[in-house]
Order: sequence, then C-alpha cells, then structure tokens
Amino acid sequence: MTASATLIILMAVLYAVGITVMLERSLTRVLIGFMLVGNATNLLILIVSGPSGTAPIVTGTSADDTMADPVPQVLMLTAIVINFGITAFVLALIYRSWWLAQLGDQGDSVPDQHTEDTEESTDATFDPVDLDDAALKKVLADSDEHPDELEHGREETR
Amino acid sequence: MSAIVPLLVLLPLLGAAAALVLGAYRRAQVLVSTVTLTAVVILSSILLVHVDSEGPVVIDVGGWDAPFGIVLVADRLAVIMVLIAALMLLGVLVFATGQGIADGDRETPVSIFHPTYLVLAAGLFDAFIAGDLFNLYVGFEMLLSASYVLLTLAGTGARIRAGVTYIIVSLTSSILFLAAIAFIYGATGTVTMALVAERVRDLPADVQLILCIALLVAFCIKAAVFPMSFWLPDSYPTAPAPVTAVFAGLLTKVGVYAIIRTDTVLFTEVDIDIPLMVIALLTLVIGILGALAQADIKRLLSFTLVSHIGYMIFGIAIGSQAALAATIYYIIHHIIVQTTLFLATGLVERVGGTTSINRLGGMLRASPFVSVLFFIGAMNLGGIPPFSGFLGKVGLFDAGVTLGTPLSYVLIAAGAATSLLTLYALVRVWNMVFWRPRSDVEGYSSPLLDSLTEGPEDEGGTVKTKTVPKLMLTATAGMVALTVALTVFAGPLFDFASRTAADFESPTTYVDAVFPGGVE
Repeated sequence: MTASATLIILMAVLYAVGITVMLERSLTRVLIGFMLVGNATNLLILIVSGPSGTAPIVTGTSADDTMADPVPQVLMLTAIVINFGITAFVLALIYRSWWLAQLGDQGDSVPDQHTEDTEESTDATFDPVDLDDAALKKVLADSDEHPDELEHGREETR
Repeated sequence: MSAIVPLLVLLPLLGAAAALVLGAYRRAQVLVSTVTLTAVVILSSILLVHVDSEGPVVIDVGGWDAPFGIVLVADRLAVIMVLIAALMLLGVLVFATGQGIADGDRETPVSIFHPTYLVLAAGLFDAFIAGDLFNLYVGFEMLLSASYVLLTLAGTGARIRAGVTYIIVSLTSSILFLAAIAFIYGATGTVTMALVAERVRDLPADVQLILCIALLVAFCIKAAVFPMSFWLPDSYPTAPAPVTAVFAGLLTKVGVYAIIRTDTVLFTEVDIDIPLMVIALLTLVIGILGALAQADIKRLLSFTLVSHIGYMIFGIAIGSQAALAATIYYIIHHIIVQTTLFLATGLVERVGGTTSINRLGGMLRASPFVSVLFFIGAMNLGGIPPFSGFLGKVGLFDAGVTLGTPLSYVLIAAGAATSLLTLYALVRVWNMVFWRPRSDVEGYSSPLLDSLTEGPEDEGGTVKTKTVPKLMLTATAGMVALTVALTVFAGPLFDFASRTAADFESPTTYVDAVFPGGVE
C-alpha cells in the first residue's frame, strides 16, 4: 500500500494539535480540538484507502485497477456529517453554559482568573445583554426548571 | 420474515419524525411513541421465535451483496437484546408519560422528549443488528446524539455541567472507534464483520492484537469499564429519573454487547483473556467501593452499575460456552433490574423530596407500595436467592471454577465480595430510608452514616414532595414483575442463553449466516 507522505504528516499534526487543544479548560477550545481530531481521523480513513485514482463506480471511463477505493470516501462523508451535527449541538451547549455562567457565580466554566470580574463588568462587555438584561433574565428564569438553584445556597421552597 | 429486521430501526425513526411533526399535540406524541415501541416489541418477539428455530436472518440493505453493501444480522443475541431494550424503553416511556401528566412539561419537555427518545431507540436497535462495523458506529452515534439531548433536557446548570463531561468522553470514544475502524479497513479491506472475522486470521498476530485492543478501548469507555468508568457516576444521576433509568439499563450494555461481538466474532484468535480478567477484577472492586461511600441513592446505583459491568467482562474473559451463556443471562438481568431500581428511586424522590439517605426516612410508612418495589429490585441486584442476580452469578462462578486458573478463583472471590458489598450498600439504604422513622432523621447519628459523601451538586434540603401517579406506579410494578419473571422463567431463559452462546463456539456460524455460499 502506498500513501502520500503529505497526508500522513498533516494527519499527525492535526492529531497532535487537536489533542493538545482538547486538554484545555475552555469548552470552546475543547470543541475546536474535537473538530481537529475528527478531521485527522477522516484523513486517516483516506490514507488507509490506498493511492489516489480515477473516479470510481462510473464505468467505461477508466480501467478498474486505476479507480480509487470508494468505500472509505463513503465512510468519511458519513463521519463528516455526524461530526457536523455534533459540533452544532456542542456549540449550543457551550452557549448555554456561558449563559448560566453569566447569571451567577456558580458556573464552573468561568476560569479562575476572571474571579475579580464583577457581574456588572462582565455584562458591560456585552451591550445587548446589558440593555435587555432584566427581560432576558426573566425569560431564562422561566425556562429553567429550578430558577432558585442558580443562587447558591438558597434553600428551595417551591 | 426478513422484512422485519430493517423495520426494527425504521419504525422508531419514522415514529421520531411523526412525533416531531406532532410537537404541539402531546397526546398524539405519546400515542405515536407507545405504538411504535409496542410494535417493535411485537416484531422482535416474532423474530426471536423465528431466529431461535430457523437460525439467523440476514438482510443485504438496498440489494447490494454482503461485502459491498450493508448487512443487518439478526441472530439470537441481537434479537434478544432488541427485545429486552424495546421492553425497557416501553416501560420507561409509560413511567415518563405518567410523570409528564402529573408535573406538566418541566421534567420531560414532551415536544423534544418523544422524538429524541425514539431516535435513541432506533440507534440502540441499529447497533444491535448491525452486521457491519461502520453501521455499528452509526448506531452508536445515533443513540449517543440522542442521549446528549436527553441528558441536558431543560438545560439547568447541573445538567449542563454533567452533560459536558459525558459528551466530551463520548466524543473521545467515538473518535477512537472511528480510528479503529480505519485501521481495520486498512488491514482487511472491509468493514463487514463476517468478512473481517475471516480475513483478520491471515494477519500477523501482533497486528491482530493492536486492532483488537483499539476496538476494545473504544467499547470499554462506552461500557464504563475501569479505568474508563470515571465519567458515569457524575453524569447519569443528574438527568430526569426516566432518562437515567434508560441510560443505566441500556447504554453501557451496548458497549458490553460490542465487546462480546469483538471477542467472539471478530478476533477469535487474539488471546487477551488475562488482561480482561484483571480489568474485570478492578471494575468489580473499585466500582463497589465507590458505591459504599455514596449518600445519594442515584449515585450509589450508578457505582453499582459500573461495578457489575465487571461480572460481564469476567464472563467474556472466561469465554467458554457456559460462561457466555451466564454472561448473556446476567446482561438481561442487569438491564431490567438497574432500570427498575432507577425508576423506583425516581418514585422515592417524589415521595421523600430527595435521594440522599442522610435526609430520607419513614418511607415504608409513607408509601408501602413504593417500598416493596424498591425492596424486590434491591434484593435482586444484591444477589439474594432465588432472584435472577443470584442465578446469573452462580452461572458465572460455575464457569470460573470449570476454568480453574488461580486468577479465575481470585475473580470468583472478588465477585462474591462485590455481591455482598452491593447487598450491604442497598440494605443500608433500606434501613435508613425505609425503616428509620421520619422523626428520627433530624440529628440522627450512626456508624453506618459516617464518611458518606453527598453528590457534588447536592445543596442540602429537600424539594417539595409530589404525588405518585398510578401510571408511574403501574409502570414500575410492571418492570418489577419482569424482574421476578426472570427467576420464574430462568430455566427456559438459561437454555436460550446457552443456545445463543453456542452460536459463538465456532465463529463460522456467524460468517456462514452472512455468506451462505462461503466467502468469495
């Protein structure tokens, strides 16, 4: 089996960078790391499919033995679609997690160096939030199962 | 008969689509989900009878023959898993419906819950009947994507935090699985399991070993085998009660199922029995020690879940027909009992307002029926004769003695100790939650409660107690009846498990089913 050295080096770099980034604390970086590792794996599938060739399945255009192997391409396409869907979901999750972190000091996802930020100073950087803060908080509280849970230590008396 | 096999996946998917369209009509959604899952139960029962008498049913999807197209293989193991999974999903659906009627949409927002639940079902069934490694991957992804949504339902802080851990761990295992598939394709040029099984034998032994371990690592994360089990007790307990019950019962067992397939069909010549036994030993012991330190019943049950996966790995590691039969019986037992116990705990939470044994008491007086339901499940999980947990373990220990190596005796001892410690943990729950009078809870001190840790999200106090609707009680009681049926019908079930295990004695049974005319 022959394989392109460029692809192999690219895959190795993507894996290395991806895994390093995945080990960060920030969720966004974890997601970026996951996307890199996912693409590295797609490259791995491409590499194991052997040398490049002519378009497969279409008959009469080239000899069978010069065709590329179509199966890994199908696998890759499926994997790309799955990764795409999951990336979208994780983005939504990150947004929700950030949202919750803005609302109280309970959010684990706020890194330690931000502890000196007050809620006002954090909010000040997000003007739309600031402008419509009360209304948004109300919407958020309504959509929450236990709105009281966000305020640390308060006993729930529902 | 062959038309039934794709229907097992197709019906839940169509049901999910219908439930999504019917988002505004709650009753219609409930109807769609219930009808779909009932249909799957009926179809898989018919298929089970057929497969048991006539042998495996194999479908080439889209009319492409086996090595090129996707094959669905319904053999005994696949179909019994589909049937049990469908029964569990149906029981939990009834429970969730009862809860939804009583509480409104808060815990289980119906418009999202039903479609996602059915996609989870489709993914589970697809993983069980996949005859193709990549289809197995797709099945896993379907059920995992659905599980991400179910775990983070309503998006509260606790669930988002638990969900993040769960999702990142699952993504990592999926990537490992995909990479393993790539390696296997590179080495054998196919992803059809039957053909992989044939071709892999021609590879050098060390290449076989690497491929096998690559797959097993991915599956062990999903099955929550030590040391890859750390994520489970943190993520499962935060979900709504019905969701936790389904996850606990079914999701880890898909991993175990995949491990069985890897070990008995794909890599029959790779000898990793001793490492598997060591892992099983650690899973058993460390899992149950974790359970002993928990004050929260849901976390305690999650740790016993991890621990008892060790029994199944032990059975797979022994690998004899008797051991595999006992493993299959144990998997069926464990799916049903864990699901039931989590549902019963959901009821306890409704009656008592918390799941911490430090703050619960007087449950026997407050709700005798719930107590009985919990008690039967607890005794069953603890392995008290004549319940099915005892029968499964006896089968496993028997197979271990037949093997007779020193390590297998160590594992039998660890298994017995784990069983006793499980019983200890559950009896402590019984004593504190059910027998202790409600008035004693305040200021109670006992050596039994020393050094217990609450869950990380526990904030003390109790939430308002809720009524227990008849529908939830009926669903849980039905599941408990099923666990008792495992004992009553243990004979026929064990015979069936033996026939299932006999299929794996020679891997050619599986290969011949997919390639009736021989390979190539």
